Amino acid sequence: MAYTEHNAEHAQHDHGPQGFFRKYVWSQDHKVIAVQYASVAILAGLVGVGLSNLMRLQLGFPGKFAFIDAPHYYQFMTMHGMIMVIYLLTALFLGGFGNYLIPLMVGARDMVFPYLNMLSFWVYLLSVIVLMASFFVPGGPTGAGWTLYPPQAILPGTPGYEWGIILMLVSLLIFIVAATMGGLNYVTTVLQARTRGMTLLRMPLTVWGIFVATILALLAFPALFVSGIMMLLDRTLGTSFFMPALVSMGQVSGYKGGSPLLFQHLFWFFGHPEVYIVALPAFGIVSDLISVHARKSIFGYRTMVWAILAIGVLSVVVWAHHMFVSGMNPYFGFFFATTTLIIAVPTAIKVYNWVLTLWNGDIHLSVPMLFALAFISTFLIGGLTGLFLGNVSVDIPLSNTYFVVAHFHMVMGVAPLLVVFGGIYHWYPKVSGRMLNEALGKIHFWATFLGTYAIFFPMHYLGILGMPRRYYAFDGYKFIPDSAHALNAFISVVALTVATAQLVFIFNLVWSVFRGKRAAANPWRAASLEWQTPETPPAHGNWGEQLPVVYRGAYTYSVPGAKEDFIAQNVPPVAGDAESLVAKETYA
Amino acid sequence: MAMAVALVLMVVASLLFHFLSPWWATPLASNWRQMDDTLTITLVVTAVFFVAINLFIVYTLLRFRHREGRRAAYQPDNKKLEHWLIVATSIAIMGLLAPGLFVYAAYVTVPANAVDVEVVGQQWQWRFRYPGAGGKLGRSSVDLISAANPFGIDPRDPAGQDNILVNNNELHLQINQPVRMLLRSQDVLHDFYVPPFRARMNMVPGMVTSFWFTPNKLGRYEVLCAQLCGVGHSGMRGYVVVEDAAGFQKWLKAQPTFAQAMAPPAPVAAAAAAPAAGAATGAALVAQGKALSESKACVACHTVDGSPRVGPTWKGLFGKTETMENGSTATVDETYLKDFIRNPQARVVKGFAPMMPKIEMSDAELEALVAYIKSYGTPAATQQAQQQTAPSR
Amino acid sequence: MRTLDSNSAAILKPPAAGYVRYGFGGEGMPPDLHDAAVSAALWVFIGVATSLFLLFLAAYGMRMDAGDWSPLAMPWQLWLSSGLLLLASVLLQLAATAAGTLHLRRARSLLAAAGVCGFAFLGVQLWGWQALLAIHVTASGNPAASFFYLLTAMHGLHVAGGLVGWGMAAHGAWRQDASRLARRIRLCARYWHFLLALWVLLFAALGWLTPELVRMVCGTR
Repeated sequence: MAYTEHNAEHAQHDHGPQGFFRKYVWSQDHKVIAVQYASVAILAGLVGVGLSNLMRLQLGFPGKFAFIDAPHYYQFMTMHGMIMVIYLLTALFLGGFGNYLIPLMVGARDMVFPYLNMLSFWVYLLSVIVLMASFFVPGGPTGAGWTLYPPQAILPGTPGYEWGIILMLVSLLIFIVAATMGGLNYVTTVLQARTRGMTLLRMPLTVWGIFVATILALLAFPALFVSGIMMLLDRTLGTSFFMPALVSMGQVSGYKGGSPLLFQHLFWFFGHPEVYIVALPAFGIVSDLISVHARKSIFGYRTMVWAILAIGVLSVVVWAHHMFVSGMNPYFGFFFATTTLIIAVPTAIKVYNWVLTLWNGDIHLSVPMLFALAFISTFLIGGLTGLFLGNVSVDIPLSNTYFVVAHFHMVMGVAPLLVVFGGIYHWYPKVSGRMLNEALGKIHFWATFLGTYAIFFPMHYLGILGMPRRYYAFDGYKFIPDSAHALNAFISVVALTVATAQLVFIFNLVWSVFRGKRAAANPWRAASLEWQTPETPPAHGNWGEQLPVVYRGAYTYSVPGAKEDFIAQNVPPVAGDAESLVAKETYA
Repeated sequence: MAMAVALVLMVVASLLFHFLSPWWATPLASNWRQMDDTLTITLVVTAVFFVAINLFIVYTLLRFRHREGRRAAYQPDNKKLEHWLIVATSIAIMGLLAPGLFVYAAYVTVPANAVDVEVVGQQWQWRFRYPGAGGKLGRSSVDLISAANPFGIDPRDPAGQDNILVNNNELHLQINQPVRMLLRSQDVLHDFYVPPFRARMNMVPGMVTSFWFTPNKLGRYEVLCAQLCGVGHSGMRGYVVVEDAAGFQKWLKAQPTFAQAMAPPAPVAAAAAAPAAGAATGAALVAQGKALSESKACVACHTVDGSPRVGPTWKGLFGKTETMENGSTATVDETYLKDFIRNPQARVVKGFAPMMPKIEMSDAELEALVAYIKSYGTPAATQQAQQQTAPSR
Repeated sequence: MRTLDSNSAAILKPPAAGYVRYGFGGEGMPPDLHDAAVSAALWVFIGVATSLFLLFLAAYGMRMDAGDWSPLAMPWQLWLSSGLLLLASVLLQLAATAAGTLHLRRARSLLAAAGVCGFAFLGVQLWGWQALLAIHVTASGNPAASFFYLLTAMHGLHVAGGLVGWGMAAHGAWRQDASRLARRIRLCARYWHFLLALWVLLFAALGWLTPELVRMVCGTR
C-alpha cells in the first residue's frame, strides 16, 4: 500500500556518522532528551532533599546547628519547595516521562518538532542554573516561601530580597518558556502523530495523563508568568501591581495602591492546576503499572479517561481554596468549597477503579507493583485530608498549620514520587536494556514507603494541635506540649533516614546500567506499544523500517481462551481467535 | 504478602495513633464548636473510606496474588457498579459539604451585638485599638504612622480621639461578648491566630479584613502569626486575656486614649518621672525591660540563651567588643545599645543582615530595656558599668 | 470518536482512512503532514498566548479597582501603529492568496512588504513609548501607565516572535516550491491576524476600559 512504501523510504533516511556530541548532547532524539531532562530533574531533586534535611535538623533539634539560623532556614524552605514542585516533579513527569513515552506509546518515530524539543531541554537547564545561582549572590536565595507572596517577598525583612527574588522570578519565566516549547511538542504529537490504528481511546492512560496535564500546563503557566513578571517589575521598576502603601522597617515605601490579593489569585490560578499537572501523569502511569503487573485490564478505561478530563477541567475553578483565610471576599468561600469537593468525585472514582483492577487479578508483587500499591495507600490519605481543607469552615483553624504541610506532602510529594520510582523500575529495562536490581529495589521501596508514612501521618496531628507552618522555632509557646517537640525530633530522624535510603536508588540506577541483568525486550509481558519496539533500547526512529499498526487498546490482558495472558497492541488479529469472541469491544 | 501485612499494620497503627496520641486540637475557648464538630464528621467519614479501601487492597493481595497456573479474570468494566459508586461518593461528599457550608454561613454573618476590636500587625509585633465611648474607630492611614502616632490615626477625625490604644502585645477581651476583629497590617501579610479560638484571618496591608467570634472561657491565650511575614515570623508573639466584665473594664480604663497619647507630656509629669525612673533601678527596671523585650517583639530576633537568631544574642553582649560589617569595632556599652536601638540602620554588625526595624519607645522604656540587656552581659562588664552608671539621665 | 459494535469482524478491520496517521519525527516526516503538525501547534500556541493576555487583562481589571487609577490618554502614535499592523495582516492575507494561486513573484513582494510593516509597527510602538516618557508618564505611579508599558511590551515581544516566523518564510521564499511557500505564508497570516485581534483588544482595554465598566461586567458593588 502507498503509505507503507512511503514509510520505508523515509526509514532509510541516513544520518551519516554522528559524533558523541550530536548523539548524546545536542541530540534531537526524544529518548536522549528525556534522559537529559530526567537526569537534571533528579539532580535538582537531590538538592531539594538535602535542603529538606537541613530544615528538619532545625525543626527536630532547634538551635543545635548554628549555621541554620532564621534567614537560612527560610531560604532552605523556599528553595526546597520551588525545586521540588517545578524543577523536579513538573520537569520529570512532562519532560522526562512525557518525552520518553509519548512517541513510543503512540507509535511515532519521535516528537513532531525534535529541534524545538532539544531547545526546550536546554532552556530548562538554563532555568535550573539561574535558580541555583541564587545561592551565590549577595543576600542569598529568596526566603519568601515557594508561594512568593508579596509584599514581603520583595521587602527587607525577608532574606534574598536584594537579588535572590529577582533570580527566582527570572528562572521561573525561563522555565515557563521551556515548558511551553515542550508542551507544544507533547500535545501536537499526541494529536497528529499517532500511528495507524492508534485512536485516542486506544492510548494508554499514561499518555492521557501526560496529555491533559500538558494542556493544563500550557493554559495555567501563563498565570505564573503574569504574576512573576508583575512582581519583577514591582521589585525592579517600583511599580505597584501588588504593593500597597506600606511602612517597612520604619521607612515609608514609595508603593501605593497595589493588591497583594491580586498576586494570590493569579498565583493560585496557576498553582492549583500545577498540582494536577503533577498528579495527572502519576494517575496515568499508576494505571499502567497496576494493569501490567496484575495482568488485568485497567477497570473502566473510558471512565478513567473521562475522570482525567473532568479533573483537568475542574482544576481550573478551585484555586481559591488556597485563599479561604486570605481576606478575599468571604462569599467566594462558598463557591470554591463546593467546586473543591466536587473534584473529589472523579478522583475517588479513579481510586475505586485502581483497586477494582486488582480484584480478580493475577497480582505479581514486583517492585513496580509495590510502588503502585503504596501510591494508592498514600494518595488515599493525601486525598482524604484534602477534604478537610477544601471544606471551608474546617479549613479555617487548619490553614497554614502543619496539617496543610502534611496534606500536600502526602498527596504531591510522597504519592507521585512513589509513582516516579515505580515508573522508573518499570521502564528502566526498555530504556537501558537492563533490569534494576530487585533486592536493592525492595530495600529502597520499604524504606521510602514506611519512612514517608511515618513522617507525614503524625504531622497532621501537629497541625490539628495548631502548630503553624513556616516557623523557624517554637520555643516558649506554652500550648505546645513537650511531646510535640519530641515528635518533631522523631520525624527528623526518619526524614534523614529516608533521604539516605534514596542513595540506594541512585546507586542502583547507575550500577545497573553497567552491571544489571540483561533484560528481554518485554520483561513484564506488557501489551502497550512502547514494549513492542524491534530493538531494546529502541534505536533512533524507534520502529525500524515499518511503523506499527495498532489493532486494539493497551490493556488486553488475560483474555479467556487466549494462549498468552496478554495480546500486544500491534499484533494482527486472527479471524476467529479468542479475542474476537470477547464481547463488547468498546474501544473506538 | 509483606505488603498485605504492612498495609494492615499501617491501618491499625494509624487508628491506634489517633486514639492514643496526645496531639489534638487545643481545648476550645470560643463559640466555634461547630467547626470542631464538622472536623469530627469529616474525620469519621474519611476514616471509614481509609480503612475500607486499604483493607480491600489487603484482601485482593491475599486472594488474588500470583500463583502458578493462576489467570486474571477479564473484566474491563462494569457500568452498573461504576454508576453506583459515583452516586454513593457524591452523596458522601454532599454529606461533608453541607454542614461545612452551614458553619461557614454563620462565620460570615457577624452578630449585631459584636463589638469592634482592631488588631494592627507590623513586622514583628502586635498592637490593638478599641473604639471609645463614641463606638467608632477613627480613620487611620499608613502615611500618618510616626514615632508619636504608631497607629497612624488621623488626628483630624473626631471619631479617633477617644479610641483606646494598646501599644503592646497583650489584648484583653470580655468573656461571652461577641467581638468582630478588624485586622490591619502596616507592612506585609500577617495572620492573627489563636488556636483555642479557631477563628482567624489574614491581615493584608492596604485592606481591613475581619472575622468574628465569642470568647467563652477565661484564660490567657497565645497569639501566633500564621502567615509568613519575614525572618521574625515565628517570634511575633502576642497574648489575649479573656476576663470577666469587671476585670476587663478596669483594664480598659487604664489604657490611654488617642487624645491622651497625642497630648504633649505635662512638665510636672516630666520632673516627676525623672526621680521615678531613678527609683526604679535594679530588679524592677530589669523586669520592666524584660516585659518590653516581649511587647516590643525584640525576642523575635534576639535570644538570651546564646543561640543565634536573626540578630545577635543578648547573652554576653553587654561589654563585648562587636565587629561591624565594615571592619570597625565598638564596645557594647549603654551608649552603643541606645544608639543602635534608636537608629538600627546606621550600622550593620558583621554576620547579620541589616533588617532591624526602628521600634518606637520612650526614653524611660529605653533605659529599662538597656538595663535588661545589660543583665545578660559579661559579669565583669556589668559590674564595671554599675559602678559608673548615674541613677538617671 | 467512532465506537465499534460488538461484531467481532469490526475488531479485525483496520480503521478507515480518517485515522491514518504517520508517526514521523521532523526529519523524516512527509512535508505535508509536518506542516499539518505545525498548523496544529500554531493553534495551540495561539491558545496559550490568549490565556496569557486574558490573564493580564483580568489583572488589569482587578488592579483598576484601587483608588489610584486614572485614565491614560493613548498617544496618537498608537493609531499609526494599529494601522501598520492592520496593513501587515492584509498584505499577508493577499500574499497567501497569491501564493495559493501560484503568483509567486507577487506573493514574495507582498510578503516582504508585510515584514516591513511588522518592523515598522514595533518602531512606532517605541515612538509611542517615547511620547509618553516625554510627558513624564513612567511605569511606576499610575497603574494605567504600568499596564500600558507592560502590555505593549508583551504584545511587542509576541510580534517580534512573529517576525522570526516571517523571517523563516521569507528566507526560503525564493527557493521554495509553491505549495510550501503558500503554507508558510498562510501560517504567518494566521498568527498575524491573531496579533491584530489581540492588539485591538489590548488597545481598547488600555484606552477605554474603566473601573465602572469592570464593576458592571463583574457585577461587583
